[in-house]
Amino acid sequence: LVAEIEKKITEAFDVFDRESNKTVDVREIGCIIRSLGCFPNEAEVQELLAQIEVEEPGGFVHLEKFLPVMTKVLLDRRFQPIPEDVILHAFEALDENKCGYITKEDLVKHLTEE
Amino acid sequence: AFKAAVLIQQWYRRHVARLEMRRRCTWRIFQSIEYACEQDQIKLHNFFSYLMDQFTPSSSKERDFISRMFISGESYKEAELEKYCDYESIEVPDSYTGPHLSFPLLPDHATALLEAFQQKQQLHARYVLNLLHETRKHLKQLPNISHVSTCYSEEVTVCGDLHGQLDDLFLIFYKNGLPSPSKSYVFNGDFVDRGKQSLEILVILFTFLLIYPKEVHLNRGNHEDHMVNLRYGFYMRLKDLMLYLFFTFAQVHGKKILKMFQNVFCWLPLATLIDQKVLIIHGGISDTTDLDMLEKIQRDKFTSVLRLKKRKESSRKAEIQAINGERESGTDAAANEAAPRLSLQPQSAQAPSTANRLEFSRWLRQTVQEQIDTCRRLVDISESEPEELTYSSMVSLKGVDDEPCWSRQEEWKQVLDILWSDPMPQEGCRENKVRGGGCYFGPDVTEKFLEKYSLQFLIRSHECKQEGYEFCHNRKVLTIFSASNYYEIGSNRGAYVKLGPDLIPHFVQYQANKTAHMLNMTQRQGFPVALFAKISRVEESAFRALREKLFAHTSALISAFKAYDGDNTGKITLSNWATAVESVLRLGLPWRMLRPQLVRSTEDGMLEYKSWLDDLAMEQRSQEHIQSSMLEVIYRNRSNLETIFRIIDRDHSGLISFEEFQQTWKLFSSHMNIELTDDGINDLVRSIDFNKDGNIDFNEFLEAFRLVKQCP
Repeated sequence: LVAEIEKKITEAFDVFDRESNKTVDVREIGCIIRSLGCFPNEAEVQELLAQIEVEEPGGFVHLEKFLPVMTKVLLDRRFQPIPEDVILHAFEALDENKCGYITKEDLVKHLTEE
Repeated sequence: AFKAAVLIQQWYRRHVARLEMRRRCTWRIFQSIEYACEQDQIKLHNFFSYLMDQFTPSSSKERDFISRMFISGESYKEAELEKYCDYESIEVPDSYTGPHLSFPLLPDHATALLEAFQQKQQLHARYVLNLLHETRKHLKQLPNISHVSTCYSEEVTVCGDLHGQLDDLFLIFYKNGLPSPSKSYVFNGDFVDRGKQSLEILVILFTFLLIYPKEVHLNRGNHEDHMVNLRYGFYMRLKDLMLYLFFTFAQVHGKKILKMFQNVFCWLPLATLIDQKVLIIHGGISDTTDLDMLEKIQRDKFTSVLRLKKRKESSRKAEIQAINGERESGTDAAANEAAPRLSLQPQSAQAPSTANRLEFSRWLRQTVQEQIDTCRRLVDISESEPEELTYSSMVSLKGVDDEPCWSRQEEWKQVLDILWSDPMPQEGCRENKVRGGGCYFGPDVTEKFLEKYSLQFLIRSHECKQEGYEFCHNRKVLTIFSASNYYEIGSNRGAYVKLGPDLIPHFVQYQANKTAHMLNMTQRQGFPVALFAKISRVEESAFRALREKLFAHTSALISAFKAYDGDNTGKITLSNWATAVESVLRLGLPWRMLRPQLVRSTEDGMLEYKSWLDDLAMEQRSQEHIQSSMLEVIYRNRSNLETIFRIIDRDHSGLISFEEFQQTWKLFSSHMNIELTDDGINDLVRSIDFNKDGNIDFNEFLEAFRLVKQCP
């Protein structure tokens, strides 16, 4: 099972590995984690990145460092998907006027206000 | 409420990430199939070469054939058979309705050509040859690095890769205007290969080059290269031309046209410099790029920069054996031809890169020798070539006037780097293993280079960019790519860049397809649906291509699956499925990521592979793809249908029997790696055989192609 997970992670990693040298830009890590089926929020992504040493300058993540951390994430089943009804509640909570949608500005406002 | 917002953000980020992953996977699929596809194209090319070789003047079979061909009453002068790509001897028949060229060329000729090509007309062979002849004359007097100044023509427009996509060139001219004394253009290489109208693009570019020599500048790209053309389809576009010349003036001319193109390509300048401040090259630079050397070398020595590839000696021997074994059927005629021995001197082994997913160098290892063989047979190699084709032995060039001597190897590296390199975000300079040539160069290399030659920035092409252009290295390197929808409709925009005396770049983007353009419009208005639609269309197309490829390897896949299914249950795990598929197809794709799109149903995480393959087959059959592809291929040479009919009709009975068709088909499919059962061939024959007498006569043959023509 672990081998299979590692293969999956490596594949996803490779898709973003532009020069085929086992490194990806640190900004893509969030994307990779999410495309493996996880739903971390931004804070959680940063936490993970802290565990993986990022190479300076330029901010690259090496597959060697990423693989063990990510494998554990998948094995522990962390960052599970958000159930539909929860998301629906979230939308309803922000949709004060009950019009069935929220605007980008609203979302930004709520995210940046503390 | 904050929590709610975070949740939504979480979910949204995941959604975007998924789309991004899918987009990249799609891109990746196209790229790897693309590189693998030329193999097919080469095989097809070889197939026709084989057909043509079967009828060399040296075999008596062919004399029969040629006399039968001319029974229809065409006369030919004995003397013409002797002539050697002499366009003057080629008469343009009265029935020709295309444009006529006379030299020196005038702007009217250019407009006539543009109109003709818009209406899908073809330029007569005589004019093509004439044009090539004049172009070569002109290019020979140009320096290796062209100099352009913005004080004469206010603005310079720089275009990137076109790859035979004539519609994009039309779009550029439409939006930006035709080249003229007040409108300068630089075309940065890769005019040919992949796209269908490579020849038309060359004709147009060369025409404008000759009409406005001061304003139009062409740089050589990595595809203006004989070996690359063999692989990427340009020579396929020349088929009509070649066959025409071949059958009218005997094989000698058909071969010579290839040599002419090679000759013109190697005389293309290597770079353009604007105001001494902006350098335009096709690929990039390396940490050893030396402009002084580049200015002084004899650029025409490099008809191809690609063949000088290091390989392991032992594996090379094995390959040669394997390849020679495969091609035994095709070498009867070849053996008769005198051709100088080519020696590839083996160098120290270059370990195949396991990270090389695009498998470019792997392809090279497998087929370089095959290409050289083909090249030998098709092109009479003159005295100067063998020296060039050896990976030397440091041959120093003694220049006149105490000029510096560089080894051939050093010169070759300079040209290779310019045409093949790609920028990378990390610092440093390393070998470009993915492409198999040139380097990856970092921002520090760029910085040093610009400083050394007092330049402001570099413009290059060579890589497809989604927006048609992209900056990197702190805006010191600009990539410009002019072939829109390169992989598929909607895959990317094309762009060109204009520079005025201030040398500030202004971009114009476009996409040469109405539907794709519409998608972009709605996208800009912020409808996420359109973005999704765009991705899924392109994605659909990528997966369709991938499924075709899988189908084409059915028998190999079955063996691979069986290897994992020791108990013969008919099922394998999904993990083994992924490994098996990769081992057969070798495309370097993330199969586990792609699986949901390729495999519909699984039981307990196991796949019933036989039924999966059957499903694939059914899908293919319903598209009638295989049948139409062969007919399509033959159709492309429709001007010689009678000849082709005679080729298939081996016993000269005037009828094609099932056996004859089958034989030709088997040959074809072994080259193309297409599966078709005897039933399939039967169906094909039956569908062509209208009067159901078990044979195809010439009329039915013609009729079949008329029908193919109507197919979308």
